[in-house]
Amino acid sequence: MNVDPTTLLAIFAMAVVTYGTRIAGLFVADRLVLSDRAKAAFDAIPPAVLVAVVAPTALTTGWAEAMATAITAFAALRLPLLGTVVVGVVSVVLLRAVL
Amino acid sequence: MAGAHATQSPSWRDARAGLRDIAPAAIAAIPIGLLFGAVAVSKGMSALEVGLMSVLVFAGGAQFAAIESWIQPAPILTLAFATFLINARHILMGASLSSKMTLSRPQKLAAMFFMTDETWALSERRARERPVTGAYWLAMGVVLFANWVLMTTLGAVLGSFLGDPARLGADFAFTALFIGLVAGFGRSRVTLVTVAISAIVAALVHVTVGAPWHVASGALAGIAAAYWAAGWKTRE
Repeated sequence: MNVDPTTLLAIFAMAVVTYGTRIAGLFVADRLVLSDRAKAAFDAIPPAVLVAVVAPTALTTGWAEAMATAITAFAALRLPLLGTVVVGVVSVVLLRAVL
Repeated sequence: MAGAHATQSPSWRDARAGLRDIAPAAIAAIPIGLLFGAVAVSKGMSALEVGLMSVLVFAGGAQFAAIESWIQPAPILTLAFATFLINARHILMGASLSSKMTLSRPQKLAAMFFMTDETWALSERRARERPVTGAYWLAMGVVLFANWVLMTTLGAVLGSFLGDPARLGADFAFTALFIGLVAGFGRSRVTLVTVAISAIVAALVHVTVGAPWHVASGALAGIAAAYWAAGWKTRE
């Protein structure tokens, strides 16, 4: 049970940035006017980041992962979050065993 | 009758409403928290570090993204930038919610620590009928916070006994979770363009330049694509 100094610094940095975004809205509440396009770009941030994070694992690791990604994406349009995770994990285990 | 209700203060009533509203989200977060802890340990974090991160950061999306591409030693600036990108939505959420809360400015500064997608969305819904009180907000925030810290730490402790997560396909669990989360953002043309561009650019950069640059470049390309696609849509 130990705490690495660099890891601790990284956690502090993440904490400060996160709290900053949480309170920043209080200060811009009266002034924030976004165009429709700027609003669309802002709304696109979470999915853009999530996709960028997993794209290497999902697309360029191997055939098993790429096919499991397609199956998971299909499941995600129909199932709740936990069901999607179960489908993804089961399909990658089966595909890795077969391929 | 009147006596029975008199013992129930408005604060207590609001707190109970908060507990009732947040319960489904808290239950759903239990396996996700356990999973986070288990995978974090497999990437080289200690259970104490996992607990510290959950206490101080308390942002599932940013924590998942950090751990998915976690390397030792931790790339501090890259993690901070990815965290900012993922959590930038909080700025708009806080701006929208601020005037709907019956709290003073200092109270809001403290209360906002507990803002998550779930507590924000439930409060916006409640604000259509009545103001969001401190009791309602804190009841939700504290439950989700305690739940998240406990479950991620427990997952880290249990995970160190499980061994290699790839054996059980658990290494793919985050990928599946992220795909599920992305599906929750809808299927509008702007979202589809964003997802496609972000995926292609991130995969290309990962192959040619390498980690961790794929996160920022893929995300920024996706955001630019959304700005472009939104203008393209309005012209039709």
